[in-house]
Order: sequence, then structure tokens, then C-alpha cells
Amino acid sequence: MTDADDQKPRAPAAVRRAFRQTAATPLAEAIRAYVRQDAGAPRGANLSPHLRALENEAIEIMREVVACCSRPVFLYSIGKDSTVMLHVARKAFHPAPPPFPFLHIATTWDFADMIVFRDILAPELGLDLRVHTNQDGLNRGINPIASGSALHAQVMSTEGLKQALDAGSYDAAFGGGRRDEEKSRAKERIFSFRDAQHGWNPRNQRPELWNLYNTRVAKGESMRVFPLSNWTEMDVWSYIRAEEIPVVPLYFAASRPVVMRQGAMIMLDDGRLPLLPGETPRMLDVRFRTLGCYPLTGAMESQARDVDDIISEMSRSTLSERQGRLIDHDEAASMERKKREGYF
Amino acid sequence: MDRASHATTGGTAPGRGLLRFLTCGSVDDGKSTLIGRLLHDSRTIFDDQMAAVRRDSLRHGTTGDDADLALLVDGLEAEREQGITIDVAYRFFTTPARSFIVADTPGHEQYTRNMATGASNADAAVILVDARKGILTQTRRHSHVCSLLGIRSVLLAVNKMDLVDHSEAVFDRIVADFLGFAGQLGFASIMPVPISARYGDNVIHASSNMPWHRGPTVLGHLETIDVDHGRADMPLRFPVQWINRPDAGFRGAAGTVASGVVSVGDAVIVAASGQQSEISRIVTFDGDRQTARAADAVTLVLAHDIDLARGDVLSHPQARPEVANHVAANLVWMGDEPMLPGRSYLARIGTMTVPVQVSTLKHKIDVNTLDQRPGRTLRLNEIGLCNILFGQAVPIDAYAANRRMGAFIMIDRATNRTVGAGMIDFVLRRATNIHRHSHLINKQARAARNHHKPCIIWFTGLSGSGKSTIADLVERGLHAEGIHTMLLDGDNIRHGLNSDLGFTAADRVENIRRVGETAKLFVEAGIVVLCSFISPFAEERAMVRGLVSESEFVEVFIDVPIEECIRRDPKGLYAKALAGKIANFTGLDSPYEPPVAPDIRIDGLQDSENVAASRIIAYILERCAP
Repeated sequence: MTDADDQKPRAPAAVRRAFRQTAATPLAEAIRAYVRQDAGAPRGANLSPHLRALENEAIEIMREVVACCSRPVFLYSIGKDSTVMLHVARKAFHPAPPPFPFLHIATTWDFADMIVFRDILAPELGLDLRVHTNQDGLNRGINPIASGSALHAQVMSTEGLKQALDAGSYDAAFGGGRRDEEKSRAKERIFSFRDAQHGWNPRNQRPELWNLYNTRVAKGESMRVFPLSNWTEMDVWSYIRAEEIPVVPLYFAASRPVVMRQGAMIMLDDGRLPLLPGETPRMLDVRFRTLGCYPLTGAMESQARDVDDIISEMSRSTLSERQGRLIDHDEAASMERKKREGYF
Repeated sequence: MDRASHATTGGTAPGRGLLRFLTCGSVDDGKSTLIGRLLHDSRTIFDDQMAAVRRDSLRHGTTGDDADLALLVDGLEAEREQGITIDVAYRFFTTPARSFIVADTPGHEQYTRNMATGASNADAAVILVDARKGILTQTRRHSHVCSLLGIRSVLLAVNKMDLVDHSEAVFDRIVADFLGFAGQLGFASIMPVPISARYGDNVIHASSNMPWHRGPTVLGHLETIDVDHGRADMPLRFPVQWINRPDAGFRGAAGTVASGVVSVGDAVIVAASGQQSEISRIVTFDGDRQTARAADAVTLVLAHDIDLARGDVLSHPQARPEVANHVAANLVWMGDEPMLPGRSYLARIGTMTVPVQVSTLKHKIDVNTLDQRPGRTLRLNEIGLCNILFGQAVPIDAYAANRRMGAFIMIDRATNRTVGAGMIDFVLRRATNIHRHSHLINKQARAARNHHKPCIIWFTGLSGSGKSTIADLVERGLHAEGIHTMLLDGDNIRHGLNSDLGFTAADRVENIRRVGETAKLFVEAGIVVLCSFISPFAEERAMVRGLVSESEFVEVFIDVPIEECIRRDPKGLYAKALAGKIANFTGLDSPYEPPVAPDIRIDGLQDSENVAASRIIAYILERCAP
């Protein structure tokens, strides 16, 4: 490839496509092809200058963590952002594998397909994956149905995360958070300092200038690091398309059983979600814009069968990405509160 | 021009590529409203977000029944409650012409540090002015910070034109005022646009209220700003970020090309050491490449096995950066504690972390008038031209020539907070370190002649703790053992070498710095030097420790509680201080930071002075044995 090619924006129609994932694509096959990165893989050939700039920035950030922090860990949530960040990690340390463990905080209410995806991808890539669940929370019977979304998130996500970070004595944790997701995230640093209790103090953040990141922490303190800070939802999907990265099939539309609850479409992912009086499950063509605990994650009606469809659907959408998340609607400024308490 | 065609968010990263810009202006000039308007009119705002804004407008809004677009941007709870922006927020939008990242920075005087933060990564600035108020002190401040941080393209948005009857005369007067003082700031382009952010006039759509305006709209101009980083045309700079060595068969230098172009086969040189090699491979996950250019994150493999580590900078041999440890730099102070000349901080520059101190504050800069003011320290949000001394020679270019090679941040050693942002103006002295003359008679030779090793014994403790008495006893004992000694204490130093210094925090730091340098010379001379100083700050003691090798510094903490020192009060100083006759007295109205891990701790309540001295003598005789 010449430099001139490099600078030229490419129309999507001209993009070389070896792989078109849909909800029906056999996952194991898709993931194995991706892991091999054989001759048919795009290997950066479809990246626009803008995506390449974002990728370069993310690579620099990830290398900075590995060079400066003693015990980094990668928070792998199995969602699209995490999976894109994982792809960038493969690039950043090549030919070495990513030199840190991967951590999944499992609430036991993740969509079943997320776990299937994780359990194929992690061994195929040879990741050092560690899964942690807040056992104490389970013993106390915390769950999203009886306890409510706020308490469930606090105990199973935030507390679970803190337990795992403390147990591993990690001094830096990569997260896939983006500034365009939510208003308080927009003020987040790329290297976000957390005190020994994992708290975030938005009024007392370190100024972050140029690419000169202050990575210094005292014992017990840590950094949350967000290499995708400057990516938008559209950038993430465009990157997934350009690099042919497999994602959890729930992102693609399929006929799934759902009920309407609190204005959101909730999918009956397993038998644990009791129906309320008057609720009848319906089979609808739906997909998810974000993934998490299934009883708290709203679906949207959609006919988007592959990434191209998702991108064109998103161009027309009038609703934001987090609109399907019950957890963010709990109260005004709820994300900021959760982050102060140590949420990602 | 029909701007309606811009109303789409589809796709990513078209034609001109990314523009990073910041918005700045005074309180209530309407920065957040302008950004809200750009996001809204470019349809980056979704229905559920807009519904939330309408809800919030009823609670916090300032626009009556209209949705307050500023609430789209003011994300933190405290900001919504107070109706102000207190931190840098980043926003994203895309038009068919290009993608944008907006840094929204606060207008309040006390938040200059946030503005500098936003400006450090921006290519252009939108400076807002309220048409009713014209150019304010803060407009000058923000313009100067933009200029200092290297921004060359400015869009002057004269806002709230609806409140001055869309008057061309008002607009022209403000533009003339701005050009009058911005002339000296070195902006390459200044584009004035009259707008009303609240109603959208001239933001995205040309305004029918101001047919006299022939220039572009805000978005129209931002879409065409040429981001000529020119970084690829500059000399090659490759700061090594991380050595990638997965196994014995591969060793690569991972990093991001800061400027210039590097190709396979190029001869390269390590700036600081002068070692040369050749690029044998440029490795990426996407396959090997022939060439990498500015901003590319790659891994370079060299043909020879030369010494290479994080912090090194690779360049072409014919265009090397300067390697220097003493520079003049503009410093924006961001710490709550004032900057103290002589205090040891850490600097991040390129991929290096090195000790750093401000050797001299040449002058402060009044950012309102650009006047130079004398001063000894910089407080939060103050800017000054300083002489900066790095703890080792560092490869650098001037900031104006190369942003990535001329910028540094300063970090407080105790709190790890980022306290300063520096931009190198020029090199003061060529570093002589690399070619430093190696003298025939050195420390080792002198030590051999003396039959013992040299060291610094550093006594720290409150006034009246018995430091000097114990130090006297120790010196007497060592002398009797045939050790060559010298004793420095507050009294013999403050009456001579440091007679120009008082007892402010800045002077205390300078006092210890000079003592440290003097002690270091005695160590060079092969002597055991006993230093007896209150030395209240941990950072200065650490600084002295850093002047000599690790085995040559022994910290002795004479630990006596303040109550006991007040009771003893051998010189009557506490009585005077408590009566208000001495200011800045350590332990009373000036802090003492006790050592966390001293080499020797003397419990001044338990141990007699003779017992303490014997312990120290035994320790030193062992440490200094040949």
C-alpha cells in the first residue's frame, strides 16, 4: 500500500469484505477466522485516516500503561467497546501477546450469549481471563429483579469490581468507556485517578495535557484508563466493520421473546424473569445497542442483520445509545454518583 | 450557502479528517450554549437526551420556556446546580465534511489550568465575546493562554448579537479591539463571526438577521480550517515508549512517531548517547511497513544491539534534537501549593520521567496585559518565564517548533499531583554531561587515600531536639577513629553562605538546596560530612539524597515531640515564637514533615545524647569501612 492510498478516504462500497457476521453466523467459526488474521483479514486496509488516528492514540495509551504501571489489568465486559479495545491491545503489543490479565466481573445476569462469546474468544486468543463474581452479594440474594437495578448494580458490579481489583492489587485497569456515552463521562480523564477506596472525585481531577500522562499513584491508589475516550459509537461500529471484528450476536436483529416493562423491551433470556400480571411475551425482531444484565437492558425493534445495517440504522436513529439502559435512569446524574462510588 | 445538507451524523471521518478545537470565553458568554447549538443543529443530539434537557431546563434552566442547550454540555451535578462549567468537557460531532472534538473549557479566572489543558491538544480555538460587553480581561487571558499553548487558528465569535440589534457597528468595534491586542500573540489566522448561539444565527445556518455579514458561519469556517500539522515534514523524532521483548528472538522499540518520517534502511542515532544503528524493520500487527510517519504507532527493530530504553529519542544523525538539562520555559502553575524555586519535582517530558527544579523565576507574566512582573514564586493559575533545570540531559526541541518535544508537565513528588505545565522556549546551556571530562583524581581515588568512604550524615528534627549536640558528639567520635569530617549546621551556614535567605517556604527550600550542593562537594573530596538542619520538608531531604549515590546518604531523625522541645527551649526561641515575635517557626506555624523511613531514628525521650551518638558512630564506621 502506498502512502497516497493511505490518505484517501474509502467509500464503504469499495471496502474489501471477507466476513459478514449476522445473528445466524456460527460464532466459533467467526471467532477462529478472526483470531487467525490470515491473508483474507483486512489488517488495517479499510481504516479511514480518522479511525487510524483514533487507533494510534489508543495504542499509545495502552503502551503507556504497560510501560509505567506495575500491575495492569484489562476489564473485559464482552461488549462491543471492550472487544474493540481488545483488538487494539493485540495491535499495541504485537508480536507479544497483550502483557496483562483480563478480568470479567460476572453478575450472573449477563445475557447467556455473552458468556458463550467470551468462552470461545478467550481461549482462542490464549487470554489470561479471570472471572469474578461478588459471592457475598449472591449469598445476600441480591438480584436485579427483587433488589432493584440500583442496588444490584452497586453490589454486583461496583462492589464486585472493587473486590477483584483489591484481590489482584492492580494499579491500573483498562476500561472501554467513551466520552460521548454520557455527560459525566465527557469530563473523565483518559488516565482517571482513583483513591484507595476506588472513588472518583470529579472536582479534584489531575489536569491532563498533551500526551503526557501522569501515571503516578501511591500504594493502594489506582488508575482507570480509557483508551477509547475519544471514540464515538459510530467510530466503534465503523472500526468493527473495517477490521471485521466479531461481536456478540445480540447486537444483530433476530426474532426474540420480549415483554414491555417500564417503557423498555426486556428479553426473556432464561426462565428467571417472572412475568408480571398482564404481561405476555411476544416474538419480535429486536437487537441491543448495549449489553449488560439482561433484565436491565432494553432492546430496540430493528431489522439490522449485519454491521452495515447497524451503521445505516444508527445514522437515522433519534435515540441515544444508553437510552436502553434502565440503570442510568434511576435518578438525575446517576452515572456521576455511581462513578464516585467506584463504578467504571 | 445551503447548510441544511449538513444535518446528518452518518458515517465517520470524512474528507478533511479530525479537527480538535476548544471554546473559551468569560462566564455567561454562551460557550456551552454554542456547543449545544452545534450538537443540536448537526443532529448529534438524540431525542431522549433532548427530552432530558427539557426536563432539566424547568429545574435549572436560564432560558425561560425554551430548552436550555447549555444543559446538554454541563455534565456534572455541581455545574447544573450553579449554572457554570467547572471542568473541561469533550464533545464529538461529525458533518459530511469532517469530524470534530470540542473541548469546552471554563471561563472562570480560577480555572485557567483547565483551559490550558483543553488548549494543549487543540488545533484551533473559538473565543467567545459577549456583544454587549466587548473585550474583557478574561478574553485577553484566554487569548494569551491559547497563544502560549501554540494555537495558531482563532475564530472570534461575537455572541448575543440579538441583544445589540444585530448591529454591524458594534461587531466592527469589537473586532477592531480584539485585533488591536491579538496582533502580538502570533496567531496565523483570526476569523471574526457575529452570532447568536441561542437562536442559531450564523452558527450552522447563515443568519437573515445579519445580511451584512459576508464571511462564513462558525461551522462553515471550522470545516475549512487547514490542520497543517506539518509534522511529517519536520525532522524525525521517535521517543521510545516501551521495549518489546517477548522472547530472545525479538527486540523492538515501540512508540509513536512524534514528527517526521522513518523508513527501513534509515540510519538513526540515539540522541542522548550518540549510539548509531539502522532501521531493519518497522513492525505492526497489520504487517511490516516500509515507512512510518508522524502520529503512527509502530515498533522499530534496529540492525544493531545498542543500548536503548524508554525515554530515549531516535532521530536521523544529520538532524538531531538538542540534548540539554538547562532550559528557559514558560510555566503555567496548576498546583494548589505555590511553585518553589529550588524544590525538586518530577518532570514528564517525551517518554522520560526525570527530576526537575525551577532554578530561577525570571519574571511572572500578567496575562491580562502581557506585562512582566517580578516574583519569587508562582501561585495557582499564574504563568511565568522560568529557568528549568532537569536532573539529567534530555533530548528536546523548542515548543514552538515541535509541540511533542518541547512540552513537559511537573509532578509533585509527595502527592503525585500534576502541578505545572511547561513549554520550552530555548536551551540555556549545552549539556556537558555526555562529554563531561573525567578527572584523573576522583572520589574513589580520594577515598582510597583517606582509608574510608565518604558520606553525608543528615540530622533532621525540630528546633531544640538536640540535633547539633548529638552531631557534635558524633563528629568528635569519628574524628577520634581517624575519619575525615566536616560539620555543616544552620548557624555556620546561615551566617555566611546563606545569609541572604530568610525563613519563608521558598527560602527554606533554597537553603537546603545550597547545603546539599555544598555537602556533595565535601563528599567528592572524600569527607564524611555531618549536616544538622531542621530541614522540615521531606522533598528537600529527598533532593539531597538524590545528589549522591544511595550508599552515601544516611538520614538520622532526632525524634522529639514538639511539646518536649517547647519545654526544653534551650535558646528561648519557642517562647518568642509563641509570643508572636518569630513568624514561620517550624512545628508551630510552619509544618514539619517527619521522615517515614529514616536510616537511623533516635528516640530523643528515651535515649541520652551519648547513647544516641554511640549508635550513630557504630553505624557510620561500618558504612564507611573501605
